[in-house]
Amino acid sequence: MELQVWIWLMIGLTFSLYIGIAIWSKAGSTNEFYVAGTGVSPIANGMATAADWMSAASFISMAGLISFMGYDGSVYLMGWTGGYVLLALLLAPYLRKFGKFTVPDFIGDRYYSDTARLVAVFCALIISFTYVAGQMRGVGLVFSRYLEVDINTGVVIGMAIVLFYAVLGGMKGITYTQVAQYCVLIFAFMVPAIFISIQMTGNPIPQIGFGSEGADGVYLLEKLDGLSKELGFHEYTTGSKSKLDVFFITAALMIGTAGLPHVIVRFFTVKKVSDARKSAGWALLFIAILYTTAPAIAVFARTNLIETVSEKKYDEMPLWFDNWEKTGLLKFDDKNNDGVIQYVADPQINELTIDRDIMVMANPEIAELPNWVIALLAAGALAAALSTAAGLLLVISSSVSHDLIKKIIKPDVSEKGELIAARISAFFAVIMAGYFGINPPGFVAAVVALAFGLAAASFFPAIVMGIFYKRMNKEGAISGMLTGLLLMLFYMTKFKFGWFGGGDESDWWFGISPEGFGTLAMLVNFVVSLTVCHITKEPSEEIQELVEKIRIPE
Amino acid sequence: MSKNLAEKYWKKNLKYLLILLSIWFIVSFGFGILLIDELNQIKIAGFKLGFWFAQQGSIYVFVTLIFIYIYLMNRLDKKYHSKK
Repeated sequence: MELQVWIWLMIGLTFSLYIGIAIWSKAGSTNEFYVAGTGVSPIANGMATAADWMSAASFISMAGLISFMGYDGSVYLMGWTGGYVLLALLLAPYLRKFGKFTVPDFIGDRYYSDTARLVAVFCALIISFTYVAGQMRGVGLVFSRYLEVDINTGVVIGMAIVLFYAVLGGMKGITYTQVAQYCVLIFAFMVPAIFISIQMTGNPIPQIGFGSEGADGVYLLEKLDGLSKELGFHEYTTGSKSKLDVFFITAALMIGTAGLPHVIVRFFTVKKVSDARKSAGWALLFIAILYTTAPAIAVFARTNLIETVSEKKYDEMPLWFDNWEKTGLLKFDDKNNDGVIQYVADPQINELTIDRDIMVMANPEIAELPNWVIALLAAGALAAALSTAAGLLLVISSSVSHDLIKKIIKPDVSEKGELIAARISAFFAVIMAGYFGINPPGFVAAVVALAFGLAAASFFPAIVMGIFYKRMNKEGAISGMLTGLLLMLFYMTKFKFGWFGGGDESDWWFGISPEGFGTLAMLVNFVVSLTVCHITKEPSEEIQELVEKIRIPE
Repeated sequence: MSKNLAEKYWKKNLKYLLILLSIWFIVSFGFGILLIDELNQIKIAGFKLGFWFAQQGSIYVFVTLIFIYIYLMNRLDKKYHSKK
């Protein structure tokens, strides 16, 4: 069958599945809309969390990123998985016991203050909007690359689908579509990985395969280290970043993960405290399948690529090379006019520019896999982008309808009124996300790192101290969150956008990059909170009792 | 649950957290970052050990840690539930 037919078939099938689930799981109450009626089983919630978490970036870009960064790419692997240990041990069970709908709910109640609630809503909205814009863009890209429609048309199709199941089904609809989306995306990611692992090493398990010997009897990683050095790149298995920076970036990503509202809120949807712990375990297990495969794909793809192109004649390149050259993701510029591809680290001599996304997207073609695998990959990428977008949109809509309207502006709103407000805000959130997807602000790539930094610098300390430190009061928490947030914004805008005088690498504080700065801002948050807390009044008896109650399961 | 019992339960929980989070720190920040040069001297099949911890091993340990925590806390919950 033609590739185009296969792709339409796969996308048509998966999309009708998502819509079918949305109709079946229509939300009838605010409880169902915000937290799926707290009736989700731990395994289903684990899958939904995994799909919620793994975005277009995890699916399409991460393996490619690692293949160019080598060891330095470990910051993403450890950072985006290690956060779940913090979630499972420090946050999820207690927030579930607290048992409301949103993160600002917890901050507002625990710190007995609408100011704290507002600060939290503000953080949640900034984090979610920066993140969702990238997702809608991802949807558009996948559509345009595989279906040869305009990127903007792709964004609109994606919006229509998300609109349908998020507005109709709320958290309940999103949860069960995410379960389906996880199955689609993990299958789509693993099939090509397993095929390629067998081709290159004879071992069907990619995690073991990339530590094995290739057909020539040389260990794959050794060969790649050698090839990298030969071409002037740094050795693949050792890094080029400073240890301190790797440490800080990893910590910022871990803590940021644990502080992202769309991830935290998933743990409100299960029945009881022990289920919250269990779903964190399942979630990480499901995530780990993809995250331990990605570094293997990175090695396979990088070795394959170098061996295919380096010092080879341009005219003899295989068909996939031409195909991806047409998309502009692969560019060849024959600087010395010898008709041979020089692919080296030195930008003066290098003749080939490679977009990192190609590493996953072109994989099935490079390995000469059948058309249905390519179509599957397209459906998987869409599942990854849509599931994350939907989770974020729900956070945005519940922040507006629940935290702002119900809790602050109009507390006497009826259940029905709040549900209508939730649907209307979900609708506008989709429209806004779509707008950003069509007119992406130039800073999207930069702000995704910002989202993690912000979550680490604002939410994480406030929540953790809210649970583990009874004495923490509203003055401490609010001043800590604001300091962390502003400091992070300052550092990021200074070094990413050149505000406040700008600066380059040599001006970084203690040599910490903006990506890793969230860790430092978080430490400052802790220090400020604790200092302020000790010179102001301790919280009331009731609040201290509330904390004690949160600590013990029912 | 009485106040006394609740306090004991919490202390035990904190002890588990301390132990598990120390392991969490050692495998990722310790083996995968700070001690990587030393561990990379050791090779298992095609993997340098430090590199393996950074890109594979730490993740397997993370998953295991959460499941150990689930087991420990379920046991603790049961014990305190019957004492109530």
